Amino acid sequence: MESNSKLNITEFLDRDEQKDLLRFLTAGSVDDGKSTLIGRLLFDSKKIYEDQLDALERDSKRMGNAGDHIDYALLLDGLKAEREQGITIDVAYRYFSTNNRKFIIADTPGHEQYTRNMITGGSTANAAVILVDARTGVITQTRRHTFLISLLGIKHVVLAVNKMDLVDFDKGVFDKIVKDYTDFVSTLNIPDVTCIPLSALDGDNVVEKSSRTPWYSGKCLLDYLETVPIDLDRNYDDFRYPVQYVLRPNLDFRGFSGKVASGVIRKGDTVMALPSRKTSRVKSIVTYDGELDEAFPPLCVTLTLEDEIDISRGEMLVKPDNLPYEDRNFEAMLVWMDEEPMDVSKQFYLKQTTNTTRARIDNIKYKVDVNTMEKSKVDKLVLNEIGRVVFTTGKELFFDPYHKNKQTGAFILIDPITNNTSAVGMIIDRVDAKDMVHDDAIAVLDLKKLGIGESHRDAVDKICEELARQGLTVKIKD
Amino acid sequence: MSDYKLSHLQELEAESIYIIREAASEFENPVMLFSIGKDSCVMTHLAEKAFYPGKVPFPLMHIDSKWKFKEMIEFRDKYAKEHGWKLIVESNMEAFKAGVGPFTHGSKVHTDLMKTQALLHGLEKYKFDAAFGGARRDEEKSRAKERIFSFRDKFQQWDPKNQRPELWDIYNTRVHKGESVRVFPLSNWTELDIWQYIRLEKIPIVPLYFAKERPVVEIDGNLIMPDDDRLPEEYRDKIQMRKVRFRTLGCWPLTGAVESEADTIEKIVEEMMTTTKSERTTRVIDFDQDSSMEQKKREGYF
Repeated sequence: MESNSKLNITEFLDRDEQKDLLRFLTAGSVDDGKSTLIGRLLFDSKKIYEDQLDALERDSKRMGNAGDHIDYALLLDGLKAEREQGITIDVAYRYFSTNNRKFIIADTPGHEQYTRNMITGGSTANAAVILVDARTGVITQTRRHTFLISLLGIKHVVLAVNKMDLVDFDKGVFDKIVKDYTDFVSTLNIPDVTCIPLSALDGDNVVEKSSRTPWYSGKCLLDYLETVPIDLDRNYDDFRYPVQYVLRPNLDFRGFSGKVASGVIRKGDTVMALPSRKTSRVKSIVTYDGELDEAFPPLCVTLTLEDEIDISRGEMLVKPDNLPYEDRNFEAMLVWMDEEPMDVSKQFYLKQTTNTTRARIDNIKYKVDVNTMEKSKVDKLVLNEIGRVVFTTGKELFFDPYHKNKQTGAFILIDPITNNTSAVGMIIDRVDAKDMVHDDAIAVLDLKKLGIGESHRDAVDKICEELARQGLTVKIKD
Repeated sequence: MSDYKLSHLQELEAESIYIIREAASEFENPVMLFSIGKDSCVMTHLAEKAFYPGKVPFPLMHIDSKWKFKEMIEFRDKYAKEHGWKLIVESNMEAFKAGVGPFTHGSKVHTDLMKTQALLHGLEKYKFDAAFGGARRDEEKSRAKERIFSFRDKFQQWDPKNQRPELWDIYNTRVHKGESVRVFPLSNWTELDIWQYIRLEKIPIVPLYFAKERPVVEIDGNLIMPDDDRLPEEYRDKIQMRKVRFRTLGCWPLTGAVESEADTIEKIVEEMMTTTKSERTTRVIDFDQDSSMEQKKREGYF
């Protein structure tokens, strides 16, 4: 907690400067007391200023749902529409800090129709806090949230068993929930799971250990969040550097700006450019604050190379002995985010790292029911549905499986007409061209059907060539 | 592995640089909005870092409401010149000539005409398809829900219920002609982060942020510093010298000063850590009506 005692401000700032950052997601339903829990984390870490509290007391009297208690939820539910409905409808980001860490909370809603918001809030999270009501225990929604968290590859999960005050802090109730949950989680790929009994309303085990749970030997929630190790969660092994911007301020300087997506790069290292496969050595790692000897994720730098190689945005620098997949065919778990259902005949834009290409849905292997984890065959996905989908892209992508590398395994799918982000995907693996259901080509031009005669064939070929250069492969059917 | 640790500020800096480069790469004609406030100064500094050793590939635009503090305008011109920025200044001259101002027309009309309308006109005039803004999510409740790349329709309006999903750091920058995107590279910074960064990077800011003896007059509970001769007659004999500073900067009749002894960044942070008022309380425009920022943002305000 920030101490109010007289503290040397320079000392405070010097210490503050060294803090690292934890981003975490909170998930739970309206009734689980999620907003109350967040409100308490913010309140008890003294981040809520007095004038916000003044406004809160006024608002609580007018429309609060918490009786005599301060309604923390009103602090958090920002937008007008949802204030009137009394529910959170979107992802909201909250900030607080303690002596050890800075925190960004992505507060997301729990109802089914808003799965997309939870996926949105969770995509950048290092950890997740899932709330359950001690009276109801693990329910369908808990399983859904946990499944989504495992899908996103979040490695640290806290099951916050809330409202323990309403079950008299009964150890038996807590143990039963923990068992139900750990049984369920064992089927998913989440390496680090912690269960904490708490009462958000009364503050038990939130920022301080509660005397009402003497049988619980673990950490309180804030203590957990302050200490959970996250620096090993990044991929430092596989160097991937998607070129974001080519910097050419003058004839003597040619730099490739980008973020180290994963791995580590040092001055003098040999790198290979994809797709050209040309190699060179790193001449310098340039930043505004001076040259670096090495760079690691998620630093944004500018690399210069010993040799003149032509590299554009969307291409990738890697190390020759550690290559990503280079393929036009792959399968991915896809979450449909658009009100408009999937139209498999559409050619979407697919954006992965800094690379955008056209993409076609080759086939849907199955849909996963987020409540039961059951798989079923479908011919399209609709809003909030998740499926395993095979894609063909217009040009080669450089990718890794998402579970190995979030940075190069994630993509978004953009509707070419509305420009909406229709879906988001997490790549599972490449697919052999021979196993593809459809032809490799993305679009087919049937010249006969279109009534285009042989005399125009040269022009058609030229157009196709140019389209291929721009990333859209078209096959001609004579 | 623990050698590869970044502090929160280094991580925020990297995130912001990535966002700025992404927008510069994918939009045809971006612009950076410059309010001359401390957040704006951090944002321009980050842009300079993003393209070093090259020059920033987009201009700065300031929407001058014609009621800004003189010190702000001086700072703006000096900053743009010294840092080699192309500076565009836009004002709603029609409304200005018609005499629109906060004292005569109230803060709501003034803000709409001299800020929102002038901004929309400026974006339209130069056909900017992306505009960077220095807003932070921790500033205000409706901002907490806005995307980093925030879509605006042909009428520059924001629809909070229909925002594009935004995942990882893969930003959807596709727009149709006439539509645009507001880009907020400082979304995840807090007020303390901003001060901390200004201190560490020695970023120049307008001297009004630091406490000094200044002439002020109390208007509706706010300490207003009359910056030119447009202060209404009735207040003129009530001006007194007080040691004050400004936590935010805007139009002088709409920006309340706070009494303060803080004349260094360290003292400002110390004051901030022990103060009980959040920074937007010194902005008169937020109190027009409940949820007023959300309303303004829907209409096109930053």
